Amino acid sequence: MGLSKDQIAQRIAQELRDGWYVNLGIGIPTLVANHIPKGINVEFQSENGILGMGAFPFEGEEDADLINAGKQTITALPGASFFSSELSFAMIRGQHVQLTVLGAMEVSDSGDIANWKIPGKMVKGMGGAMDLVASAENIIVAMQHTNRKGESKLLPSCSLPLTGVGCVKRIVTDLAVLEVDSERGFVLIERAPGVTVEEIQEKTAGRLIVEGDVPEMKL
Amino acid sequence: MSQKHSYISKVVADAHQAVEGLEDGMTVMFGGFGLCGIPENAIGAIRDKGTTNITCISNNAGVDDFGLGLLLHTRQIKKMIASYVGENDEFERQMLSGELEVDLVPQGTLAERCRAAGAGIPAFFTPAGYGTEVAEGKEVREFDGKPHILEHAFDAPFAFVKAWKGDKAGNLVFKGTARNFNPMMAMAGKITVAEVEELVEVGELDPNTVHVPGIFVQRIFQGTDYEKRIEQRTVRAKAE
Repeated sequence: MGLSKDQIAQRIAQELRDGWYVNLGIGIPTLVANHIPKGINVEFQSENGILGMGAFPFEGEEDADLINAGKQTITALPGASFFSSELSFAMIRGQHVQLTVLGAMEVSDSGDIANWKIPGKMVKGMGGAMDLVASAENIIVAMQHTNRKGESKLLPSCSLPLTGVGCVKRIVTDLAVLEVDSERGFVLIERAPGVTVEEIQEKTAGRLIVEGDVPEMKL
Repeated sequence: MSQKHSYISKVVADAHQAVEGLEDGMTVMFGGFGLCGIPENAIGAIRDKGTTNITCISNNAGVDDFGLGLLLHTRQIKKMIASYVGENDEFERQMLSGELEVDLVPQGTLAERCRAAGAGIPAFFTPAGYGTEVAEGKEVREFDGKPHILEHAFDAPFAFVKAWKGDKAGNLVFKGTARNFNPMMAMAGKITVAEVEELVEVGELDPNTVHVPGIFVQRIFQGTDYEKRIEQRTVRAKAE
């Protein structure tokens, strides 16, 4: 049994460091905000123009002028600020945002990521994903280890159109925590509780590096 | 030095007067992110005017029955330049049938191409999109060992933006995340039309709080009947 989506988010939250500004993508990444470790202060940036993003508003307190990049109604925390899109992406490109967490359809063992387009299907657009992956110092991908057909999403090279090249540093899936070493491939850092190295090996199509005893995640 | 109280008035009567000079086939910027901070009144006036073959530069394309979706419905849009268009069925239909041209641009690049247009910067290098189909046909150059692609400033005869408050001299103040693309599109438009929820007299806005100086605005009007629709209403229970 692998991790639930919420547990993936919980494991990613352990990577947060005090004082970081963090951009969370849509889906599992959004859940990271629910698991900030005690004693860690971070601020969430949403690329449509807010730092200090808070929780969803109470019913009846929604404000059409206060949304996140997923177009959801949100709140602003004390200390928050609003800004324009060009300033928002200046923060991102200028590496003032320390961590980006986003989902992916595929990741290659050299750190390429594909998460915006499936040939033959309606293209919705890349939004801010290409800017985020091209510039972030730290990128953590949150995703399932395999797709709905059971095929590995960790590949020797991406088959889908790319969002960025050589940019992913860390991946947290329902089965494992992996680091991307652009020379060697996916380095297995941790296993999900009860998941064996063999199962991870079987479900990783790209190069997998297993060094010594791989510990279980602590959640 | 003594100077009389003087300012350059940008005020026009209404949305219909504000779209004067807009012609078929023009490239037009529309501020907003999703349905947040969009120029609702100007979109309505363009629909009424019936301008066709518009190339739109906008982060999104509205939803089926609101925002730019209204102009898609009436087939007034020839081409859409946007970063994300996933919220609109009519858009999808027109795109798949080939009626609508679509150019997808990374969001930060879209914003910077607007800013550059308004700031007299013809082109710039950005790492966004390097190694992807966005980079196809574009010049690549390495800076500090990292590859970047050359992107050009937009050229837009008209920009339609929406602010919370504005004064008669065209100074603008935004609220919350409704600011988004509005300031840099205001800079970029040769004729920038600002609609505001509250049009005030000159002197009523504190100069310290002005987000867009009036120099970037050619026309301003008091908007009416703002719907300010919410795309994704997400709330939490009070019991928490």
